Amino acid sequence: MLKYLVKRLFEMIPTLLGITIISFFIIHLAPGKPTDVFSELNPKITPEARERLEKYYGLDKPVIVQYGLWLKRVVQFDFGESFSTDRRPVMQKIWDKKQPVTERKLFITFMLNLFEMVIIFLVAIPIGIFSATHRDSLYDRIATVSVFIGFAIPSFWLALLLMMLFGVYLDWLPVSGLKSMNYDSLSLGPKLLDRLRHLILPVFVASFGGLAGLSRYMRSSMLEVIRQDYVTVARAKGLPEKIVIYRHAFRNALLPLITLLGLSVPGLIGGSVIFENIFGIPGMGQLFYNGVMGRDYPLIMGILTIGAILTLIGNLLADIGYMLADPRIRAK
Amino acid sequence: MSNYSLSSLIWKRFRKNKLAMAGGIIVSILVVVAVFAPVFSPYDPGDIDRTHILVPPDIHHPFGTDDLGRDVLSRMIWGSRISLAVGFVAVGIATVIGLFFGALAGYYGGWSERIIMRFIDIMLTIPTFFLILAVIAFIEPSIWNIMIVIGLTSWMGVARLVRAEFLSLKEREYVLAARALGASDFRIIFRHIMINSMAPVLVSAVLGIAGAVLVESALSFLGIGVQPPTPSWGNILTLGKDNIEIAWWLSVFPGLAILITVLGYNLLGEGVRDSIDPRLWDTVRK
Repeated sequence: MLKYLVKRLFEMIPTLLGITIISFFIIHLAPGKPTDVFSELNPKITPEARERLEKYYGLDKPVIVQYGLWLKRVVQFDFGESFSTDRRPVMQKIWDKKQPVTERKLFITFMLNLFEMVIIFLVAIPIGIFSATHRDSLYDRIATVSVFIGFAIPSFWLALLLMMLFGVYLDWLPVSGLKSMNYDSLSLGPKLLDRLRHLILPVFVASFGGLAGLSRYMRSSMLEVIRQDYVTVARAKGLPEKIVIYRHAFRNALLPLITLLGLSVPGLIGGSVIFENIFGIPGMGQLFYNGVMGRDYPLIMGILTIGAILTLIGNLLADIGYMLADPRIRAK
Repeated sequence: MSNYSLSSLIWKRFRKNKLAMAGGIIVSILVVVAVFAPVFSPYDPGDIDRTHILVPPDIHHPFGTDDLGRDVLSRMIWGSRISLAVGFVAVGIATVIGLFFGALAGYYGGWSERIIMRFIDIMLTIPTFFLILAVIAFIEPSIWNIMIVIGLTSWMGVARLVRAEFLSLKEREYVLAARALGASDFRIIFRHIMINSMAPVLVSAVLGIAGAVLVESALSFLGIGVQPPTPSWGNILTLGKDNIEIAWWLSVFPGLAILITVLGYNLLGEGVRDSIDPRLWDTVRK
């Protein structure tokens, strides 16, 4: 098993290289240059000054050379300096060591996504099982209709509606940011509560779409498994239905879902831009949005690379989970 | 059963599926509304009326007015053109690319298959929404750019599907027969295999339209999509967010329109899938 994992880790390297190459070329070959943004801010800038700036950032070299230089720095975990006016290193923007861990951008986004994933799995799996075992019942029909709506609902619209209901009309929950104004003066208990209150809406909204998809997959996977011979055998042996479902069917039905776990990571990360924008959460999504607006190449590349690494780790974890769950693979 | 042709059987199955029919009806209505937008919209979508700013829904303006006094219903009717166009064109692009790569990988196999599958894995690992956002912001948000970029980043599913179809179909007797008769690769790929793998591609295209509509509305909502004054459901929702405390109608109606549209395409796609899949015929029949 260890050998397999090491092999998988090495296989990730070309994939990661491929991702960075594609992203780098797409971003650098798109028309326009970051120096355009400088000229917009300062129309009096002379062509010579522009050229100097381009030279300073290495933008005058061919893209392939730029990529080589970028890669050389990245292997030392240096994503370069941001193009924005503060010129801080990209790494510092993403993971600022001077701030407490809970304030760092990567931590915020990572924790939010982790929460979402846990909630999605904890809620979707029971819904899916119940739908499958009570097929065509009233419950199953309600669940099916909800799933279709869950698939179709634009998450940012759901966010707006809930903000309007709980934030504006009922005034129960805060609608923006991660903490209240008086956060720093609170003691630990109220601090946690304050955090929690700020997290409820974003986490709920972000989990909603995934919930629909996953419960649907769980349902069809379970339906597939229930039809198998070994389940019939278990029933024929006279085992109670509960044991048949949870011991024999459930564990096999779970397998395809583990793969989905890995595949869902890019979607979750991509969604952060929208949620962090709506709820004013200072995470990677917001940082990325600002980077895009300012044509901040190093920042954009840094975040895309980290996003890709997280996705690859997600895939790897899914593979490990698959191995732990499926004895047939473990034996190899 | 034997007096029915395959297509009439499929149509029969489809008609029995109420949800699928509902989806079909929703999509048809949307197409009609979008095509005849000038006929249906009570006002000009760009008409600014400073004396009627942020008016709540009433008889004259069933969905209210926005911050410039423009009629929201009219803007939504014109906005349906955007979502229809983006959905169809983006999915069209994605399907063509997916068919090309999928056919290449599935039919020829070997190193072209390895390269293509690797490329697909890589594309699936990139957080595509980030990439779409960056590229569109760089090359200027316009409806054409949005269609192209969404299309270029969403072909992977189709390619995988087509490859799988090709892998199984290329071993069939009729392909062998065509080859024995001296048919060219080109003819076998297009006339014999691709035609027979169109059904699942069609289903994934219909479902893909739903996805493209959602992405476009999200981009427009973030201000990187269709730019005002051109109305789109997403950019009306941006106004809804800006006026969240005073104008609920700016948020509720466009979002509902997106929801119904996406729901329509999803129901239609799933309905088509169920009615063309013979394995499901028995289970649905009861």
